Amino acid sequence: MLWEAMFLQLGYNATLVTIGAALLGMAAGATGVFLFLGKRALVSDAISHATLPGVGLAFIVMVALGGDGRALLGLLLGSALSAGVGLLCVSWLTRATRLSEDAAIGAVLSVFFGFGIVLLTVIQSMTAGRQAGLETFLLGSTAGMLWDDAVVIALGGAVVLALVMLLRRPMAAVAFDPEYVAASGGDVRRIELAMMGLAMAITVVGLKVVGLILIVALLIIPAVAARFWSERVGRVVTSAGALGGASGWIGAAWSATAPNLPTGPIIVLVAFALFLVSLLLAPGRGVLAAALRHRRFQRRVHLRQGLLALAQGQPIYEGLTLRLMRAAGHLRPDGVATEAGRAQAARALLDERRWHLLRSDPRHEAAAARYDGLTPLERVLTPDQIAELDRQLRPEGIT
Amino acid sequence: MMGEEFVALSLPPMVIGTCAAVACALPGNFLLLRRQALIGDAISHVVLPGIVAAFLVTGVIAALPMMLGAGVAALVAVALIEVIRRLGKIEPGAAMGVVFTAMFAGGVLLLEQSDTSDVHLDVQHALYGNLESLIWLDAFGWSSLFEWEALKGLPPELPRMLATMLFVSAFTWVFWRPLKISSFDEGFARTVGLPTGALGLSLVIVAAIAAVAAFDAVGSIIVIAMFICPPAAARLMTNRLEVQVAWSVVFAVISAVLGYVLAGYGPLWLGFDDAVSAAGMIATVSGVILGLAAVFGPHRAPVGAAAEG
Repeated sequence: MLWEAMFLQLGYNATLVTIGAALLGMAAGATGVFLFLGKRALVSDAISHATLPGVGLAFIVMVALGGDGRALLGLLLGSALSAGVGLLCVSWLTRATRLSEDAAIGAVLSVFFGFGIVLLTVIQSMTAGRQAGLETFLLGSTAGMLWDDAVVIALGGAVVLALVMLLRRPMAAVAFDPEYVAASGGDVRRIELAMMGLAMAITVVGLKVVGLILIVALLIIPAVAARFWSERVGRVVTSAGALGGASGWIGAAWSATAPNLPTGPIIVLVAFALFLVSLLLAPGRGVLAAALRHRRFQRRVHLRQGLLALAQGQPIYEGLTLRLMRAAGHLRPDGVATEAGRAQAARALLDERRWHLLRSDPRHEAAAARYDGLTPLERVLTPDQIAELDRQLRPEGIT
Repeated sequence: MMGEEFVALSLPPMVIGTCAAVACALPGNFLLLRRQALIGDAISHVVLPGIVAAFLVTGVIAALPMMLGAGVAALVAVALIEVIRRLGKIEPGAAMGVVFTAMFAGGVLLLEQSDTSDVHLDVQHALYGNLESLIWLDAFGWSSLFEWEALKGLPPELPRMLATMLFVSAFTWVFWRPLKISSFDEGFARTVGLPTGALGLSLVIVAAIAAVAAFDAVGSIIVIAMFICPPAAARLMTNRLEVQVAWSVVFAVISAVLGYVLAGYGPLWLGFDDAVSAAGMIATVSGVILGLAAVFGPHRAPVGAAAEG
């Protein structure tokens, strides 16, 4: 059943939802990277909660104009307007008062959401219009999604994705170093506005599928997960898009397989699972890679210190050092140094003496900065430089 | 408006709302100064999975297990945020966003998967509570306030919320100096030997207790609004922490009372029949207060800007 859903074999409606969610996820992941890099991930939380009053007002206006109040495009337009007002409030509170941005975000999201709830209860008491279903904007609902709705979502996702690709360079520059952009003549405010506008577009498009409480997850989680995989903006954007798209695709397909699997939460949980995988397994920044790196470093330090002790005839007591040196063949099981071990130890000591000399010589200041007690000097200096060093070393004698 | 009906139908929710607002606004002051204002937002989202899990374990809708579940969920969330932040070297805002959305999604999924059709437990209730339903049927006018028999019929949320408010106030009063010092200058606080880590954690725990208790009575939207809006508005009124906390309590009380009155009676004055959501209206009023403070507050100017007159 799950595989059929994954490969779009579960009927027309499920297929629509799956494709729409995948496009939405890709666009959201790519957009979220710029918010995350600019350390403004939670601004999207304010945007998404601020859509609710717009949905309510749009419904009321549409009913007042004689419609049934449920036209998706109208509701999305309303939500975009109120999200825009919310965004302006956040930036006004941050600029014009001493409040920090997180306080402004929290204030705007709670107040707009509260006002939206008031409007929802007003709508509940209205006799005209078919109000059933406005609550689905809170958590999203794909059951009974119409062709038109799906087209709006898929098109919206595609347009945002294209815009992100178009604007990725200026947005990355602003996210990393707005002062530099301003100094080199860029319009920081306009680029930030575009960034927020894209986040807003994602929120609005995603309202129907994921719901306004959880849409922020699609903007944050794939971006944070993708950050583990690369240090380059272009690749982070690509992988965030891929992770977001995969979350949307798998989540929507999965939720179509059973009645009690709400689409939005499933998509978010799939994204979270991908995040956990990235956190643990990503090369470079992942936890596992870091642990392995730490272990390798630890072993090198122990081996080096053991060899130096051996060369200077000092006893070794440390358990890990002894184990490592036996495993490397430097020591016999009874703790006596082997021939190879003594040779290695002598080389280590020579290396250490050369380093010592090098670091006391101001002419080698640049090379001396690379001393970490582990790197062999051969990797830093050329053979004739080392020979030069050795000439100064000779009076003390080489052991 | 001031008769029997008021005592029975409006007074208890108003008092509960006021207690909840004050209980959240007090720790909110310190969270705001520490730039942790959004912790309240995160806590109120993760309360949902805690409550659903407690329901699944015990099988009943009872206050104590649910509050325990919510409290545990809040602590798990705080720990997870910290772990992810440290392990992944991620900025706190993003780590928070990852954790609370995932936990909220898990809560919704649990709720959908479990059979809660016969009990009153749903996401809407969790979000905006049901302040209006906390009525006092045993009351017949103001004199009931002095009758033990009638007082026993008070909604249980009222004494619970009152106790929470007193607890939070006591915490703030007892730890006033260390909280004040560590909120303004964590480095100095550490130098003079204050346990800043434990202090920060206990502040978050107290905030979680206030959030969970208030959530049970009034829903999470008031919780988030009261954590942030009254303290933020108060911050724009003064430079002194004592005065700021006093202002925040005043703003919280005004929001709760005015919000409830506007929600319950406002539509009737305008000629409509039905009341609107009290929780939503209380949040809205607190936002209006913040807006006024941001326009007229005597100390609203950003740090570094020229001081006025």
